[in-house]
Amino acid sequence: MSDKKVINVNTVFPFGPQHPVLPEPIQLKFTFDDEKIVDVIPNIGYVHRAIERALELNNYRRNVALCERICGICNFMHAMAYCESIEKITGTEVPERAKYLRVIWSELGRLQSHYLWLGLFFDAMGFESLYMHVWRDREIVLSLNERTSGHRIQLSTCAIGGASKDLDGALIANYRSSMAELKKKAESMSSLFYKDKGIRERTVGKGVLPKNKAVALGAVGPTARGSGINQDMRMNGYEAYKHLDFKPIVFDMEDAHSRMLVRYEEILQSIEIINSAINQMPAGPIIEKNKKFPMGATINRVEQPRGELFYYVEGNGTDKLERCRVRPPTLANIPPLVSMLIGYEVADIPPIVLSVDPCVACTER
Amino acid sequence: MPKMLGKVLRSLLSQPATLKYPAEKPEVVKGTRGRVWFDLWRCDYCQDCERICPPAAITVYPEARKIVYDPFRCIYCHQCVQNCMQGAIKPDETPRKAEYDKVVDVFEYGKAD
Repeated sequence: MSDKKVINVNTVFPFGPQHPVLPEPIQLKFTFDDEKIVDVIPNIGYVHRAIERALELNNYRRNVALCERICGICNFMHAMAYCESIEKITGTEVPERAKYLRVIWSELGRLQSHYLWLGLFFDAMGFESLYMHVWRDREIVLSLNERTSGHRIQLSTCAIGGASKDLDGALIANYRSSMAELKKKAESMSSLFYKDKGIRERTVGKGVLPKNKAVALGAVGPTARGSGINQDMRMNGYEAYKHLDFKPIVFDMEDAHSRMLVRYEEILQSIEIINSAINQMPAGPIIEKNKKFPMGATINRVEQPRGELFYYVEGNGTDKLERCRVRPPTLANIPPLVSMLIGYEVADIPPIVLSVDPCVACTER
Repeated sequence: MPKMLGKVLRSLLSQPATLKYPAEKPEVVKGTRGRVWFDLWRCDYCQDCERICPPAAITVYPEARKIVYDPFRCIYCHQCVQNCMQGAIKPDETPRKAEYDKVVDVFEYGKAD
């Protein structure tokens, strides 16, 4: 009689690069023990385009268009961070009106990104009709973008030394009415986010990231603010944010539900910021051209919808840069993602992975 | 459950959000960035557009008075339109049509296009 030995072999399963709920390709190799997750190994590199090398080979003025195309969703802030770095190195002073214009367009980008993320989050949980409702509201922001600059998503209105398009009276009236319409629609959905039983069942208590672990692993953006860390790069006061009055939104339940609430409240906060920026914007020129080649190095931090974006730009006095290093927020959020997945079940994977808002095109440049 | 009835009725009785394309086309917003056309009567061959173009889609030959524009490399940022000091680059609001071959546009002085 052969003695049967039961060997406990854990299943290794790829939450592969192609998956219906993932917006961009990233591979997470899970090791399961029955239904529980035991280990996660991330694997990135599916959309690497060598943009940092291309930034060194190209003229420093043409780089603005290239930096904007690192990510399709958070594009204005990449261009803004690059332009701010070049302005710091060459000592160009941006006019006041251009600073307010950049704030308005950054907040429009944040609105568009958070709406996109909300739609994908609900789609990951199977709630497809709410996904369609949220994306219908996003069309209001995209129509505004098209009226301002000609493109729905890539604004291309940030230039070295200011902005390249101005807002006239008719367009500002359009902004005000669109923001009022958007605010009404967003506020009507608030009871859904806070109280809906289906959403709460799938997000409350899942993907817990305790505060000390979030600090130790270096979480940024809403991932950190959903765990009680009070950190927002806009408080540093770059551009016109120092004249606008607002506070970072922090929730301390530490789970996927609290991250979702951070982003929802940020939508309402962005609408208020756009309204006050339009009211406070002074008249004047919108661009000051710089005439020097960049010589020197600087670092710059900008608050993107997903967290803190970090740029290091070094120029050597010619028209080509020496080095441009981009550290996008999702790259800093991957270690917290790995730690918050352990111990949960298979059906919890889509909401937890999406609650970190992975933008892999930025991560791999 | 009773709260949902109001929302359900409103959704049932409101218009769908989709357009009946191609019977109804979406309105073209003024200022949409489409392809560009070069007017060689106004051009002074300063090559500013060639220097500013991010993907290098414009090549200017000053001696032959010819401009070669590649609509497949173009990213439709309209930096050339904004930076031309003679106003020789005309923006269009229609998008580029789909084509079978990647042909470039050649604009020559004195020849009609």
